[in-house]
Amino acid sequence: MTPLIVSILGALASFALVLVVLELIRTRRLRERYALLWLLTGLVLTALAAWRSGLNTIAGWVGVRGYPPAVLFAVGLLFILAVLLHYSTVISRLSDQSTILAQRLALLELQLRERREKSS
Amino acid sequence: MAELVSEPVRAEPVPGLDSLRRLAIVPAFNEEASVGRVIREIQAFDPGMDVVVVDDGSTDRTAGLADDSGAHVLRLPFNLGIGGAMQAGFRYAFERGYDVAVQVDGDGQHDASELPKILGPVVSGEVDLVVGTRFGGEGEFRSTAVRRVGIRVFAWTVSRIVGQRVTDTTSGFRAVGRRGIALFAADYPHDYPEVEATVMVAKARLRLREVPVAMRERAGGRSSITALRSVYYMVKVLLALFVGMFRRYAVPQEEDT
Repeated sequence: MTPLIVSILGALASFALVLVVLELIRTRRLRERYALLWLLTGLVLTALAAWRSGLNTIAGWVGVRGYPPAVLFAVGLLFILAVLLHYSTVISRLSDQSTILAQRLALLELQLRERREKSS
Repeated sequence: MAELVSEPVRAEPVPGLDSLRRLAIVPAFNEEASVGRVIREIQAFDPGMDVVVVDDGSTDRTAGLADDSGAHVLRLPFNLGIGGAMQAGFRYAFERGYDVAVQVDGDGQHDASELPKILGPVVSGEVDLVVGTRFGGEGEFRSTAVRRVGIRVFAWTVSRIVGQRVTDTTSGFRAVGRRGIALFAADYPHDYPEVEATVMVAKARLRLREVPVAMRERAGGRSSITALRSVYYMVKVLLALFVGMFRRYAVPQEEDT
């Protein structure tokens, strides 16, 4: 069984994550589409930490015998990996977009210069 | 820096070239030592060929010198790398309806007097992409051992993928026709694009051919590929090639002609 203090601290920390994410959304420092994965992470971890018998059962399913909170780590790690991978795709898209913007800007600037030269 | 004055370039005429709208795309990143001469050589080869210099976020006088030499200059607001720079050039060619575009690097290693060999098969409509290869017996090519191995590996891999023998996949001295321009304007690889671009062309069912050319030592500046980057280069390109086999490519619009 998970030590009580681990459950309490785990649940508090996870719930704090949820609150921080909500606050970031509220103050418009985090867009909803990027917040969803974080919210899900916080909520799942909170639930797993607080629901002590559930964590025990799940640990049993996945073959963790000695220390059920290990499941907490594993799930947390999995979510963090998912968030990071998601960010890598976001960064890739952003850099593709900034490439296109840079190219368009250069093309438009040249057109503008040519128009100016023609009219003057 | 013995001579920055351009010598007149004697070139064999390319039949049919004059009736086409033709563009030289010159990617340049801090090439103030050579870009002017590169432009003058192209103009000496073919006064009817437009030159667009893609200034890839240079911090030196590259853009100004190119402008003074009579080239059109695309000034990228920050450095995109050769792939992003070349795609800007292809977009320019596509939007302005050019028939032929030839890449001539701003560092001066591509010899304008070799342009007829590169342009010939595209102008005659035999193929859509011509790549000038350094390994066809024209001139000699010196390089580090790492790069030679890398070039061999790519040549072998790409030859298998595209189903025809390719010897110099990293050569940037290449010309494309309208379909190639449309393809590259829509989709061009990042970072080190030449290897992937060759594969893209084959996947889009465009015809490609290598022709032997001589290349010069760099006239100024430094190669963007240092020893350490070669490793990143190889891994990145091999990954791109492998994944690329399962990737979907933009298909250029069919032309009515």
